[in-house]
Amino acid sequence: MSLSGLRVAVIVFPGSNCDRDMMVAIEQLAGRRPSLVWHKETTLDPVDLAIIPGGFSYGDYLRCGALAARAPIMESVLDHAARGGAVMGICNGFQILLETGLLPGVLVENAGLKYVCRNTSVEVVEGTASPFTEGLSPGQRMIIPVAHNEGNYFASDDDLQRLEDNGQVAFRYTESDIIGPANPNGAARNIAGILSANGRVLGMMPHPERAMSPALGSVDGATMLNATLQALAA
Amino acid sequence: MTQTSGKPMNDAEMDFEMAASMGLSRAEWDLILDRLQRAPNLCELGIFSAMWSEHCSYKSSKRWLKTLPVDGPQVIEGPGENAGAVDIGDGLAAIFKIESHNHPSFIEPYQGAATGVGGILRDVFTMGARPVALLNALRFGAPDHEKTRHLLGGVVSGIGGYGNCIGIPTIGGEVNFDPSYNGNILVNAMAIGLANSDRIFRSAATGPGNPVIYVGAKTGRDGIHGATMASAEFSDETESKRPTVQVGDPFTGKLLMEACLELMASDSVLAIQDMGAAGLTSSSVEMASKGGLGMEMDLDLVPAREEAMSAYELMLSESQERMLMVLKPEATDIARQIFDKWDLDFMPIGKVTETGRLVLLKDGGVACDIPLDPLVDDAPEYDRPQADVPSRPILQSDSITSGAGIAPILRQMLASADLGSRRWVYEQYDSQVMADTIAGPGGDAGLIRIHGTNRGLAASTDCTPRYVEADPHTGGAQAVAEAWRNLSAIGARGLAITNNLNFGNPEKPDIMAQVAQSVLGMGDAARALDTPVVSGNVSLYNETDGNAILPCPVVGMVGTIDDIDKAVGNGLPHAGLSLVVIGQGQTCDDGWLGVSLYARMLADGPDAAPPPVDLDAEHRHGLFVQSLIADGHVVAAHDISDGGLAVALAEMCIAGRTGASITSPASGNLHGWAFGEDQGRYILAVKDGDAVMAAAAAQGLPASLIGTSIDSGELQFGGSDVISVEEMEHLVETTIPALMSGTGHTEG
Repeated sequence: MSLSGLRVAVIVFPGSNCDRDMMVAIEQLAGRRPSLVWHKETTLDPVDLAIIPGGFSYGDYLRCGALAARAPIMESVLDHAARGGAVMGICNGFQILLETGLLPGVLVENAGLKYVCRNTSVEVVEGTASPFTEGLSPGQRMIIPVAHNEGNYFASDDDLQRLEDNGQVAFRYTESDIIGPANPNGAARNIAGILSANGRVLGMMPHPERAMSPALGSVDGATMLNATLQALAA
Repeated sequence: MTQTSGKPMNDAEMDFEMAASMGLSRAEWDLILDRLQRAPNLCELGIFSAMWSEHCSYKSSKRWLKTLPVDGPQVIEGPGENAGAVDIGDGLAAIFKIESHNHPSFIEPYQGAATGVGGILRDVFTMGARPVALLNALRFGAPDHEKTRHLLGGVVSGIGGYGNCIGIPTIGGEVNFDPSYNGNILVNAMAIGLANSDRIFRSAATGPGNPVIYVGAKTGRDGIHGATMASAEFSDETESKRPTVQVGDPFTGKLLMEACLELMASDSVLAIQDMGAAGLTSSSVEMASKGGLGMEMDLDLVPAREEAMSAYELMLSESQERMLMVLKPEATDIARQIFDKWDLDFMPIGKVTETGRLVLLKDGGVACDIPLDPLVDDAPEYDRPQADVPSRPILQSDSITSGAGIAPILRQMLASADLGSRRWVYEQYDSQVMADTIAGPGGDAGLIRIHGTNRGLAASTDCTPRYVEADPHTGGAQAVAEAWRNLSAIGARGLAITNNLNFGNPEKPDIMAQVAQSVLGMGDAARALDTPVVSGNVSLYNETDGNAILPCPVVGMVGTIDDIDKAVGNGLPHAGLSLVVIGQGQTCDDGWLGVSLYARMLADGPDAAPPPVDLDAEHRHGLFVQSLIADGHVVAAHDISDGGLAVALAEMCIAGRTGASITSPASGNLHGWAFGEDQGRYILAVKDGDAVMAAAAAQGLPASLIGTSIDSGELQFGGSDVISVEEMEHLVETTIPALMSGTGHTEG
């Protein structure tokens, strides 16, 4: 299948604010604009990839992602995932996926107790089996920005070990010459993104849709998203 | 509803004592009695006092604001609307404004700053523009003052809290410290939006009988009479005014923004005005007055968050995230559906009338019935007395400089809070959401891509209060010049400005002189640089217990660049580049160190004149730099401002992690050359220094080739006068984090 044949949906919650950015990024790579699906919808047309974008769904006034995880559209997203459909959650989308239980663990307040927006260097972890990583090389480093207040990934030691052993850690923050600590939020084991056990669901804090061209400071987000789209189209 | 007129039925008559407690003078009270031919009730008096407050009426500054240039071929909408609008080509308009939230931010820093951002965003999307960038200008007290940490932390968190959530990138700003802000910080927020230039919405009500619609959040008892608070001096007791600070809800703000922009895409809205200062009062009065009409509203229909709110409270509440609209009658259903989709209140609360009066109904009776003309057109306007501004002497450089090298002084300056990196601040702002940010905070100017094009929109906020204090006229001009220079340094051409005039009590002649003279200076510069003033805000009475702030007339400039790929940053990317100073020959003049950072640090700032501003040179140097950048001759550029040439060089080295070898002048005053703050200057890093020198000479512009970028990782001024780039980075990167963690050294 060509990339323009891929059916991609971006779920829009009240308070989502990276929905347009993701739509533009996917269109830039696939040549076809993804559909935007409003949270009040109860059905999701068949798609090859459902994306939960960043933002502050429902204002993040309860616990980040907690309300969005229970929005009408999410039942269809869970069905899609249960059928083995690909789902990607970025930032608030990652928080929402954790709240749905599609991914394990929690994201708590950054170790610095402050919102942080800056570039990070993210390394592709070895040993995963997933459309989100198969087009990338283990050890490959990508400059992708983060922007969040609750990106500090936390799980029990047993769970973390299980994630590592199952090849579910997709991306890790890594040393670079960017000013500030390599790990911007204190995440356990420098985890920037994780996969579901079947590799079909990805949650990550960095925003690939913001690293789409040299003018924006990095093309590595385009590299990562393009690899995903290529894998899903294959 | 029925037309009503005459005396309201409820409420007792007010007296002068009550009026005075709301900040009105005896003459103003008498004027109200004359215009109404009776005493007002509480609601009516509240409306008069809010509309005649300094904040809403500009009564002390209006006379001087009228002197500013507001026209030009690029101007679509000048001052007077919610925000100014400038033509940026391709059928697009940049719509922008800056506004202060100083007093609320001192009382409650997080909410004060957050609602400042929310308010300025509403001003922009009210005009039909999608906001695309935020900037700010912040002033805090001495770094070691007991409240500074708390206030800085809270304000930064509040700005981020609103901007990050609503999803508009913060692309620039400035943060500075001075003890005069110990008891009165400044929080100015600027927003820029983009709209099709033929789809700009205005606030004048039209069509008697058309429905007046309230949309957005519900009205509560927060922020009641905030505009009046913003028009009074502070005292030690002000912090007890916490309940009058509004509470921001960026989530509702986001919904309101999306709903309004969705509605504006249909052909439904006749007039729209956000409820900012003085809430429902100023929005209804301004809409009706601008349309030359009247308005009648039933306050029982206003969506309220609390029980039993009085007419006075409903009209004076400054609850956030609310709008007032006049719709085409047939569009009401479409509009209601849109607001239902976004789960926002949508309530027809009245209608446009022909009466020229504001009539308010409450509990079955008339709560207010007053003519609109006096509220707006008869608002007092004062020509307050000004003191003579004593002319300060030109500072002779030799009188304060020593024979020390440059590096030891530079080390001391870079370690100060004045020059410390603001990374701790701006990393708390989402500078990249919307995925069009080309240059975020930390550079000379912020730059975003105009979505879907390769053109860019650039912006900067600037003011140097110590110059304004030393010479208000020069200082006012310098604020415009520096903003122009910051845009030029990235390759952008300034188009227009918005201003935020922060001063002390205008009833004091020396303060009034600062206001008037700096506005005149600002006007001269805006004319010379062809950057008219299209919007602005005035914040007076910034005093605590009688002590005024350093005057701070902030300029926010917006400009464009035709090709974002041509824009340059200020970091030296590699060795082998020639470093050329534009705007300066081999030597320096006396006067360049006047009220400079150097003078303040080493000689405790003797009273002196600030560096002169040559507006014609500023204009020519800026155009020259812009054209060099557009033609691809420039690899990096930086304007020379606080701390002079040496600090600008240090910043270029740090930003690019590359060293530089500089040839200091053989004669003349070394420190004046290195740290003088003469205006209109840039450092350019270029591949072909000779060609740039020749181009400057051809235009008769002063320039000098001062050195090259090098691999050694040092900034060298000759001999042992050397400092490593690594050390400089460490110095600038540690100051603010140390201050905020409470481990900072104390720097006045």
